Amino acid sequence: MRLRLTVPVELFAIGLAFLLGMLVLFLTGYPPFSALWALFRGAFGTRNAIGQTLTQATPILFTSLAFLLAFRSGIFNIGIEGQFLIGAFTAALFGISFRGLPFPLHAILALFSGGFGGAVYALFPALLKVYLGAHEVITTMMLSYVALYLTSYFVNYPLKAPGWVAQTEPVAPSARLPRILPPTQLSLAFPIALGLAFLVLWFLERTVPGFSIRAVGANPEASENRGISVRKYQILAFVLSGFIAGVGGGGEILGVHGRFVDGFSPGYGWDGIAVSLVGRLHPLGCIFASLLFGMLRAGGMTMTRVTKVPLDLSLIIQALVILLVAAPVLIEQLLARCRKPRRSEV
Amino acid sequence: MSLSQIINLSLFQAQLRMATPILFAALGGLLCERVGVVNIGLEGIMLTSAFFGVLVTYFTSSPLLGFLGGLASGFLWGLVIAVLTVRFFGNQIVVGTGVNVFGLGLSAFLSQKIWGSRGASEAVSGFAPLRSDLLARLPYLGPVLNEHTFLVYLAIALVFVLHFFLFSTPWGLRLRAVGENPQAADTAGINVFRYKTLGVVAGSLVASLGGVFLSLGHLNFFAWGMTSGRGFIGLAAMIFGKWTPLGCLLSSLLFGFADALQMRLQALGVLPSQIILLIPYLVTILVLSGFVGRAVPPARYEPYRKE
Repeated sequence: MRLRLTVPVELFAIGLAFLLGMLVLFLTGYPPFSALWALFRGAFGTRNAIGQTLTQATPILFTSLAFLLAFRSGIFNIGIEGQFLIGAFTAALFGISFRGLPFPLHAILALFSGGFGGAVYALFPALLKVYLGAHEVITTMMLSYVALYLTSYFVNYPLKAPGWVAQTEPVAPSARLPRILPPTQLSLAFPIALGLAFLVLWFLERTVPGFSIRAVGANPEASENRGISVRKYQILAFVLSGFIAGVGGGGEILGVHGRFVDGFSPGYGWDGIAVSLVGRLHPLGCIFASLLFGMLRAGGMTMTRVTKVPLDLSLIIQALVILLVAAPVLIEQLLARCRKPRRSEV
Repeated sequence: MSLSQIINLSLFQAQLRMATPILFAALGGLLCERVGVVNIGLEGIMLTSAFFGVLVTYFTSSPLLGFLGGLASGFLWGLVIAVLTVRFFGNQIVVGTGVNVFGLGLSAFLSQKIWGSRGASEAVSGFAPLRSDLLARLPYLGPVLNEHTFLVYLAIALVFVLHFFLFSTPWGLRLRAVGENPQAADTAGINVFRYKTLGVVAGSLVASLGGVFLSLGHLNFFAWGMTSGRGFIGLAAMIFGKWTPLGCLLSSLLFGFADALQMRLQALGVLPSQIILLIPYLVTILVLSGFVGRAVPPARYEPYRKE
């Protein structure tokens, strides 16, 4: 019974969020139906649209897996955006610097260096949390701002390529991830993200460290009593979370942009938090949820172009989904109330 | 360049000004946490109220109505957060994240619709600074305390009001009891849900004062993301201030100094702005990790379920 009740909660939340989004459109004088139609067409209408949706879903899938892994150990890694940016930056540096490496090796190493950058950047708040008690929500949030301004400084001054745009030199062709659906920007990063989702699932469900991470998150006191070190596994989960976020950032640079461009992330790190929650903190749920949010981003661009509705409508819908998913009891009670009268009719 | 160009009385005047939004956020966070709710949505509440403050002022050309509009948005957020976290046991961090994203989305959406730019609104008339000739004659302290908008003085007054309320009135005692030990409070006949809701709504209202200060008492327009992490810095100030109003005042002054210094250095053009902008965030991380390791929050942040 409980299972049957909880299955539609996320779907219901998404539907309700879209309805409320349409209400916002109606109240502000935009045509809700044609806007939504443009959004869906921009997300699925053509081969290009589908490629665009998957391209947008890719970084979000990485960041949602990152959030999930930390969350399972009881850590709120709100600062994924920062680790994503640092990962993108280190991957770009590696891709630019080590010219002469052969193709797959260079790309793989660049991707790993992105993960390494993200992992190191997550290690700071992990140590501060575990040894000094500094709340990770605040420290990672602050570190996100630091990452934003720090990378912006580097691409505006010491590492700026000649020209108007604040960006680095392009990475070597040998470090690029190949495009898999030309002419769209969809790159090899997408299947890598998909594979990673299954890897995370396997890690959490089938390995001892994965089990320990879940145990620490579910009940820290009991884990400590059983000899599972809360500190150790929270640090591990935090660092792995940063690693995944960093690989995501690297994938975006090596797959889509080919260089670090100032302000290239429209907030993929923040998206990951919402996606993770909508995906019910399950790796496979994250796949579906990231497709939904990729659709919002890709379709949102078409919607803005065609109907002049501001792009930030997607952000509003996203926030509504988060708020509704946050309190499943609310939706369960709403659904229960809707069901009762129907039963009495029969 | 000499040091006196950077450090002088007007820097301390700016320190008090920049401490104000952080202080409002800290006091708002304090009220929420005292009843056992972590409100990381302070950032979104401040951004929303900053936006509605400017929006209402723009259409009515009355900053006072704008002020009330901003407060109304804070009140509404308080109700939403209370319903989701207290009534329906929602995850507090997740709800807060939703509030922050919603604030960013709604303000950009409406800003684009009304002013044709998601980045910034048109300028509106804000609150004028108050000036006292008597205060101006006071050496050193006078120039620092003088010529602020009424919101700065309100923030300082609120510190003492809240201190008295929390620690010397029966309502304050009940509010704290609900956070510290909801079961015992319930047994003693206190309506836990009502006091939790009260704390969250009051806290959100206080935080929205910080947003209104930013857009009507400091810049006189709305800029997207203008809170730039001050809600989170406010939470850090609250923790550093050991969850007491007076502590919040002192730690907000510290963060206000970092912010004022950042603005001063930027105006002087000493270093690239990106580097200078880092100062408040780095100070926050350092303070949070260096001093508060042994800080114990006054409440367990769990939804209360009646047995």
